[in-house]
Amino acid sequence: MTTAILNWLGPTPLSRRKALWGMALVAPNVLGLMFFFGLPVLMAFGTSFNEWNAIKPPRFVGLDNFERLLYEDSFEQALTNTFKLIALVVPAEILLALGVALLLNLPLRGRGVLRALYFLPVVTSTVAASVVWTGIFQPRYGILSQVLEPFGLGETKWLVEPGLVLIPVAVVAVWQRVGFDMVIFLAGLQTIPGVLYEAALIDGAGRWQRFRHVTLPMLSPTTFLVVVLAVINSFQIFDQVYVMTLRTVPGGVGGSATTLTYYLYRRAFTNSEFGYASAVALVLFAIILLVTVFQLRIQRRWVYYESEEG
Amino acid sequence: MLTSSRDLTVPIQILCYAILLAGAVVMIMPFVWMTSTACKPDIELNKLPVRWVPDNPVCGDNLDKLYDTSPNFNRYLLNSAIVTIGRTLGQLVTCSLAAYGFARFQFPGRNVIFALCLGLLMVPFQAILIPEYILIRELGWLDSFRALIIPGSFSAFALFLLRQAFLQIPLEIEEAATIDGANPLRVLWHVTLPMSVPALAAFAVITVQAAWNDFLYPLVVSSTPDTRVVTIGIALLQGERRTPWNLLMMGSFLATVPMMVLFLMLQRYFIAGISMGGVKR
Repeated sequence: MTTAILNWLGPTPLSRRKALWGMALVAPNVLGLMFFFGLPVLMAFGTSFNEWNAIKPPRFVGLDNFERLLYEDSFEQALTNTFKLIALVVPAEILLALGVALLLNLPLRGRGVLRALYFLPVVTSTVAASVVWTGIFQPRYGILSQVLEPFGLGETKWLVEPGLVLIPVAVVAVWQRVGFDMVIFLAGLQTIPGVLYEAALIDGAGRWQRFRHVTLPMLSPTTFLVVVLAVINSFQIFDQVYVMTLRTVPGGVGGSATTLTYYLYRRAFTNSEFGYASAVALVLFAIILLVTVFQLRIQRRWVYYESEEG
Repeated sequence: MLTSSRDLTVPIQILCYAILLAGAVVMIMPFVWMTSTACKPDIELNKLPVRWVPDNPVCGDNLDKLYDTSPNFNRYLLNSAIVTIGRTLGQLVTCSLAAYGFARFQFPGRNVIFALCLGLLMVPFQAILIPEYILIRELGWLDSFRALIIPGSFSAFALFLLRQAFLQIPLEIEEAATIDGANPLRVLWHVTLPMSVPALAAFAVITVQAAWNDFLYPLVVSSTPDTRVVTIGIALLQGERRTPWNLLMMGSFLATVPMMVLFLMLQRYFIAGISMGGVKR
C-alpha cells in the first residue's frame, strides 16, 4: 500500500520529495480556486434546476426554469439589448483603437504622453465613469446637450428614451476600452518585422498597399484576440447600466437598457428568483463559450500566422 | 513601419497630430468635466452656457458637503483600500507559491490541475454570481471583510501570469541555490521573486486596479456601511436623486484619483500587464 503511494509520487526519494513540495506549493491557490470558483460553477447547474427564493427551501423543478426562458419576453428583450450593445460597442472600440494604435506607432514626438492619455480611462472605475458620463448626457445642462443644441438636440433625454438609452451605455464602454485595445494593438504592431516593409517599398508599394498587404495580415492574430476579448467583455456589461439608469428607471424605461447580466442580477437579488436567474446565468455562460468556439473556428480560415508561412 | 520622423512629410505629421489630439481631448474631457463640476457652487450647476472653469470655485465647501451627505465616505475609501491591499497581498502569496510549484516541480496530476485552473479563466464571473453569493451566505460571511478579501485572494489569471514569468528564469540559477542547501521556499524568496520584479509589479498594478474598481461582487455580498466600498458609496449617492451633481462629481473624483496617481507613477507596469495577459481579471 505505502509502496504504491511512494511509486505514485515518483521513482526516487528525491523526486518524491520534490513532488510533495510541488503539491504543497500549489495547494493553497488550487484549493482556494476550486472552492470559491470551481464549486460555484457546479452549484450553478444545481440552482438552475430548482425553484429557489429567499424564503422557501429550494424545490427541484427540472428544466422548468429553462422552459420559462423561452416564453419570457423580458428575457428575449435582455438578449436583444445585449446583442444591440455588442453591435454598438465592438466595431467602434476596435476601429478607434486600431486607428489610434497605427498613428501612435508612427515616430511622432510626445506619443508616450498621448498613449498615457488614451489609456487613462482604462484605470478609472466604471462606476465613477458612468456617473460622470450620466452628467455629460444630461438633457440641456450636460456638455453633450450644449454641443448638440444648435442641431435642436439639446433637450434629448438620452437615458430615458428607450430607443436611445443604449447609446450612452455604449459610449462609456467604448471610452473605457479603446486604451486597452490600443495597448494590445501596439504590442502586435511591434512584432511586425521591418524587413517586410522594406521589401514592400522595393516592390513599389504605396502607403495604402503596405497597410493592406503587410500591416493588416500581419496584425490579424492580434485583431482576432482583441475581437474575442471585446465581445466577451461586452457580454458582461453591468456597471454602466446599473449606474446610468439609477436616476431614471433602473434598467431603462420598459427594460430598454437591461442587458443579460443586469437582468440576471435583478431577477436574483431584487426578485429573489435564484433558480430562474441561474438559468439565465447558464445561458450567458453558454453563449460566451459558443462565441469563443465559433471565433476559434473562423480564426483558422483567415488569421495569418507567421509560422504557417514555411 | 517608418524609421524616423523625417520620413513623414510635415502636412502628414500635422494631420496625425490633429487626429490624435482631437481623440485625446475626448478621452480627457470627462476628467476635466468631473473636476470642474466637483468645484462648482450649486448655483453654477445649471448656468448656461456651460463653464469649464467655475466662476467661484468652492472645492473645500463641496468636500465638506459631501461628508454631510455621506458621512461614511472616508470609511468607504478606507474599506476599498483594505480590500484592495488584502486581495493583492493574498494573490501575491498564493499565486507566487502556486506558480512556482507548477513551473518547477513534477508531481502526479500536475498538468490536469493546471488545465483545470486555466479553465476557470473562461468562466465569466457573472455566470457564477448567484452560487457565489449562496456560498458566501452559507459560510456566514455576508457583510464581512472575509467575503470581500478571501475569495479575491486566489486567481487563475495571476497564476498563469507568474508561472510564465518564473519559467523565463534560467534553471541553473535556482539549482545553484538548491545545491547550497536552500529549501524551495528560500529559493523562491531569495532568487525567483527578486528576479521577477517586473512581472510581479505588472501583476500587482492590474490586481490593485481591478480590486479598487470592483462593483458587482461587493454589491451582492455587502450591504452595511461597515464593509461598504467606495464604488458602492458612489452608486448610493447617484441613486439618491437629490444628490446635486457637484457632490456626485466630488465623490467620483475621490474614487478616481488614487488609481490615476498610481497609473501615472507606474504606467509602464500597467501597460506591460495588459500586453502580457491580454485578459483582465
